[in-house]
Amino acid sequence: MIESTGLTYRYPGGAELQFPDLHLPQGAVLLLSGPSGSGKSTWLAMVAALVAPTTGELRVAGQAVTALRGAAADAWRAGAIGFLPQKLHLSEALTVQQNLAMAQWAAGRAEDAAHIHTALQALGVAELAGRLPQQLSGGQAQRVALARAVLLSPQVILADEPTASLDDESAAQAVSLLLATASRHGATLVIATHDARVAGLVPPAADGQIGFQRLSLVRKQLSKA
Amino acid sequence: MKTLSFAWRYLWSRPLGAALNLLLLSLGLASITFLLLVGAQLSKAFDRDLAGIDVVVGAKGSPMQLILSGVLHIDVPPGNVPLKAVQALAQNPLVAQIIPISLGDNFGGYRIVGTSTAYIAHYDAQLAQGALWTQPMQAVLGASVAKRMGLQVGQTFVGSHGLGAGGHTHGDNGYTVVGILAPSGSVLDRLILTDTASVWKVHEDYTAVDDDDRKVMEEEREITMALVQYKTPMAALSFPRYVNTSTDMQAAAPALEITRLLNMLGLGTDVLRAFAGVLLLTAGLSVFIALWSAVRERRTDLALLRMLGASPAKVATLLLSEALWLGLLAAVLGVLLGQGFAAALAKFLSLDNSLLISGMVWPVELWVVPALALLVSLASALLPTLAAYRVSVLRLLQSR
Repeated sequence: MIESTGLTYRYPGGAELQFPDLHLPQGAVLLLSGPSGSGKSTWLAMVAALVAPTTGELRVAGQAVTALRGAAADAWRAGAIGFLPQKLHLSEALTVQQNLAMAQWAAGRAEDAAHIHTALQALGVAELAGRLPQQLSGGQAQRVALARAVLLSPQVILADEPTASLDDESAAQAVSLLLATASRHGATLVIATHDARVAGLVPPAADGQIGFQRLSLVRKQLSKA
Repeated sequence: MKTLSFAWRYLWSRPLGAALNLLLLSLGLASITFLLLVGAQLSKAFDRDLAGIDVVVGAKGSPMQLILSGVLHIDVPPGNVPLKAVQALAQNPLVAQIIPISLGDNFGGYRIVGTSTAYIAHYDAQLAQGALWTQPMQAVLGASVAKRMGLQVGQTFVGSHGLGAGGHTHGDNGYTVVGILAPSGSVLDRLILTDTASVWKVHEDYTAVDDDDRKVMEEEREITMALVQYKTPMAALSFPRYVNTSTDMQAAAPALEITRLLNMLGLGTDVLRAFAGVLLLTAGLSVFIALWSAVRERRTDLALLRMLGASPAKVATLLLSEALWLGLLAAVLGVLLGQGFAAALAKFLSLDNSLLISGMVWPVELWVVPALALLVSLASALLPTLAAYRVSVLRLLQSR
């Protein structure tokens, strides 16, 4: 669940972004789009409690993140937010297994090999646990990165340009995988993307199901479609 | 522990760079280890063996040679001096005690020293087995000699002429081991001690043609040198001058000669120390560049760790741990290399038997090396660690 009201962010240079109110139920999907400089990164950073809004209220997974600072923000983010970066950023010095172990370490959790195995297995890459990232195909690497993102069962998954530089078939698989994984974890999914194909890849909600929303950002203002 | 484990993997993810940095740092530390080891051991040996000896009187020649040969037993003596002349010195009112030293033979490379039991008392050495000699041709072995030569009380051995192994043997005059000294850490550990008369007997038996000849030799007996203790420190002002100007002997003050020796060694030591400093500085810069590059290359990876919930301090600790590993590895490698250099030097200069220098020892000064290793590596990591601490997560979100 993500709820925001009267959200603004003022850069040190003086430019100000204004974000419209938003109510995204738990388990819903949000497509976040907009040109460079429109505030997508800032919005994601605010949702992840990495930067504080200048004004407004923002609740993510039931937590008023505007009130979170420092260690409390880090601890909350570790449990509540799963992040899939565009470039995946799997450490080439570590095996797949160790990359996930590092996520547990970063979150201040004890290493749990069984849990890592389960996470990899759920995404069909358990047999790759001993491999280094450079030994993986693009699709395998994305699955591993997704396993890392959902390892700690976050309530919100932030996916940053998950289909960038993928062909149509791979893009469809990536989105499908994301939706399935978020659904399996009951997590709210935010897909930040420039890719116009993504909207077509998210199936419309059936009656009674939680649907998806679009958030199209433009420079210095935000409009909700 | 996990932090150290991840840091280890990150460190060796750039194996060539890590190995080169490790080598540079280790070489600098090895040089410092070597200098500290040699310096500490020489200083300890000098302090230990020269203590209580105010002046050494022997044949004219190099005073340093006299000290090195008669006190530290690492050089050949410049010659012998008449026994009567030394006995006359013993009557000098400034002299408290004279310990005679007669050299000339060895057993298995260990010097046989003709002396008095006062020599043993001077170093506070204790008997581990047996007793002191009561007559000529009885010998008391230093602890290292007994151990290395495998001799026991009651066994006999025959000395060879000369101060190093390989001279002709004095086959008719065997020594009987009557005592073995407990290790004292002094020069006595590596000496074979006997009555001065033993040395005379061996050489008179060997060279005397007949009884008349023997009588002449007895009249002209010599010793190699005498270790002199003053009654008063004021004697230092006049006694050496008296010996040097009024007799055919020379008096050499150990303290002066050793200071001179250390000054001579000092130039070389300073050069080595400067070299080690340059190596360490270079290593420090190299580690800095490597870590700085690592932060630049992994900036977004580090930002991801922040995104995954790691605090800035945790991210910084990861980088600092890499430097810590380098420092620890370099400390171990540097100390081992330095110990190896010292052992090799001792072997090369044949000083290992003299206990002056050896490897595989840990004088307290050596703790400087691991401390220095950590200091250099952590100081080099300071700025990169700060950069890691301040890495912006927004960079990760904007790295499209």
